[in-house]
Amino acid sequence: MFIDTIKRSAFACMVALLLAGSARAQQDWIRTGTGLGVEKVRLAVPDFKQVSADPTSGELIKVFDDTLWNDLSQAGIFDVVSKSFYPLQVPGSPDEVKLDAWANPPANAGMLAFGNLNASSGDALVQGWLYDVRNTQSPQVLGKQYREKATPENARIIAHRFADEIIFRLGGGIQGIAESKIAFVSARSGHKEIWAMDYDGANQRPLTHLGSIALSPRIAPDGSRVAFSAMTGGGWNIVMYSFDLGRLVTFPHFGGTNLSPAWSPDGKQIAFSTSRTGDPEIFICDSDGSHPRRVTAYHGPDVSPAWNPKTGSQIAWVSGRTGLPQIYMMGSDGTNPQRMTDQGYAVSPSWSPNGQFLAFAWIRHYGPGMPGAQDIYVMDIASKQIVQLTHEAGRNDFPSWSPDGRHIVFQSNRSGGEQIWTMLADGTQQHPLTNSGHNTQPNWSWK
Amino acid sequence: MKHDRMKWIFLIAVLASVLTLGGCKKKVAAPPPPPPPPPAAPTASLSASPDTIEPGQSSTLTWQTQNATDVTLDGAKVDPNGSRTVSPSQSTTFRLSAKGAGGTQEATARVTVTPAPPPPPPQPSATEEEMFNRNIRDIFFDYDKYDIRPDQQASLQADAQWLSQHSSVRFTVEGHCDERGSTEYNLALGDNRANAVKNALVQAGVGADRIRTISYGKEKPFCTESNEQCWQQNRRGHFVYQK
Repeated sequence: MFIDTIKRSAFACMVALLLAGSARAQQDWIRTGTGLGVEKVRLAVPDFKQVSADPTSGELIKVFDDTLWNDLSQAGIFDVVSKSFYPLQVPGSPDEVKLDAWANPPANAGMLAFGNLNASSGDALVQGWLYDVRNTQSPQVLGKQYREKATPENARIIAHRFADEIIFRLGGGIQGIAESKIAFVSARSGHKEIWAMDYDGANQRPLTHLGSIALSPRIAPDGSRVAFSAMTGGGWNIVMYSFDLGRLVTFPHFGGTNLSPAWSPDGKQIAFSTSRTGDPEIFICDSDGSHPRRVTAYHGPDVSPAWNPKTGSQIAWVSGRTGLPQIYMMGSDGTNPQRMTDQGYAVSPSWSPNGQFLAFAWIRHYGPGMPGAQDIYVMDIASKQIVQLTHEAGRNDFPSWSPDGRHIVFQSNRSGGEQIWTMLADGTQQHPLTNSGHNTQPNWSWK
Repeated sequence: MKHDRMKWIFLIAVLASVLTLGGCKKKVAAPPPPPPPPPAAPTASLSASPDTIEPGQSSTLTWQTQNATDVTLDGAKVDPNGSRTVSPSQSTTFRLSAKGAGGTQEATARVTVTPAPPPPPPQPSATEEEMFNRNIRDIFFDYDKYDIRPDQQASLQADAQWLSQHSSVRFTVEGHCDERGSTEYNLALGDNRANAVKNALVQAGVGADRIRTISYGKEKPFCTESNEQCWQQNRRGHFVYQK
């Protein structure tokens, strides 16, 4: 209970601290993170015990252990204890746990996730427990059992589910993201096509085979479809892919250049940029493409809309109406447009799931003699305070929030070619998810 | 134990003998017998004239040999000296082999068959497209701008004049951007550029129904280096003749 309360406030604290820090030293690196003010739970995750001699179980348990370790260490709410500090006797079941050995130095763990994997006659049975090792009276926080066909893919899925249970229990009741997906654009086939992968970069696979140019994938809130824009029939059109059917489904052509579709949080409407009137403006249509209606009316590029996922009543977008592109915000009916950035080159807004923050890409100091790096920033919408998340590391663009609001995926060319990277929403733990070909424009699923 | 030791001794003995024998063999290799006086070696030469033809044309192979008793061209027996007309449908290498008491000499000649040039395209439209490509000049833009620069007005007026004189020509204006901006914004900006060129042409009297516009943003650059000269090449409204 105590931990629950702490963790519930942890994310809010983190961002508040970030913003406080940025006001003080805008031009410099600031060391911030979830660890400030709130101590992260020290979680020990020993390898699961192999309890059958089945020849497949060695591979399964490796996949399972790697996936569980990665999920928990990337979750952003744990201090996962290094394996070199673990006691020599690793438990596979509750009767093998010596609480003292985990609670005392060198492990100094607060929580212990452990269990076993039993592969027999084609099935994999996984038992997993989460123990509060300092609660000697009733240490068990969680006990779970999973049975699936014994395949490495299922070992990954079971590890994801167990990790999500732990994150849900210790992370303030916020659903984990281990089973979420990321859509993106990859040119590795020679053409830019829409691809999808698991949140951790596994299972990268193409969805489209158009052989032209496909861009800007946006996954529907219910996860059933992906809207994107593609060069089809001599122009840019909004195209719809169905995950359920595994193929493209019809969507009307509007004429002009149609770009950057964005789903309303109820999945019933799509905002997009269209130049059907001769000038790129934001339009909204129903999710089947019917009833297109105009919501912006200034000359110049208007593109990249993003709905407030919490309320559905506001849209952030990019407009070049005053020159270099800036982030704007308006009611979803087009009322009360408001400029959010005041300088530089600001594009690619992405709204945090709780509706409080905007992530965007910004060449903040734009002009002759300026370094001109493009970095990912987060703005607290209410106060317009801004925090820089990436620092002078190549050109970074297209941030997209994870469903739990703790992570941001983005594209960066810092390693040479453009690749998909992920990080915690405070800018820490940045690492690439792709490394083959050119990969851009990631979009995280809503759940 | 004892059995093991015996095995070892046996193994070492075998190894030692293999090594010794191997070493000895090298040392006592017989010297090569003195070569017999060589008979005169045959000579052979083969040439093709011309060596490049189009399908259906022919080429003449000419060959000479000396000191040969058995002369073959591509496996078929032929005279020691001679010539032959060939008409291969694909590029072919011909092989002359001259065998005699002094050995064998080979010579080759290659006849390359080039595909016939494509038939000339229909005269009138080619001329019009060629004239279009020769006369129409692309319109270049400033960074992040889509208004027609003063220094581009001359190009634009010349384009409008030519297009007014050739009223049957239909064409596409492609809007292009340099690599520095963001993908989505550049596509919208490229659309503004294409439409700015279209609108200026319509103002100058070119029929709007003859003009298609499309944006490529930064997806199809003309030049891929990261410098201002290259970026300027990529910030343009590009004209494409519509067949």
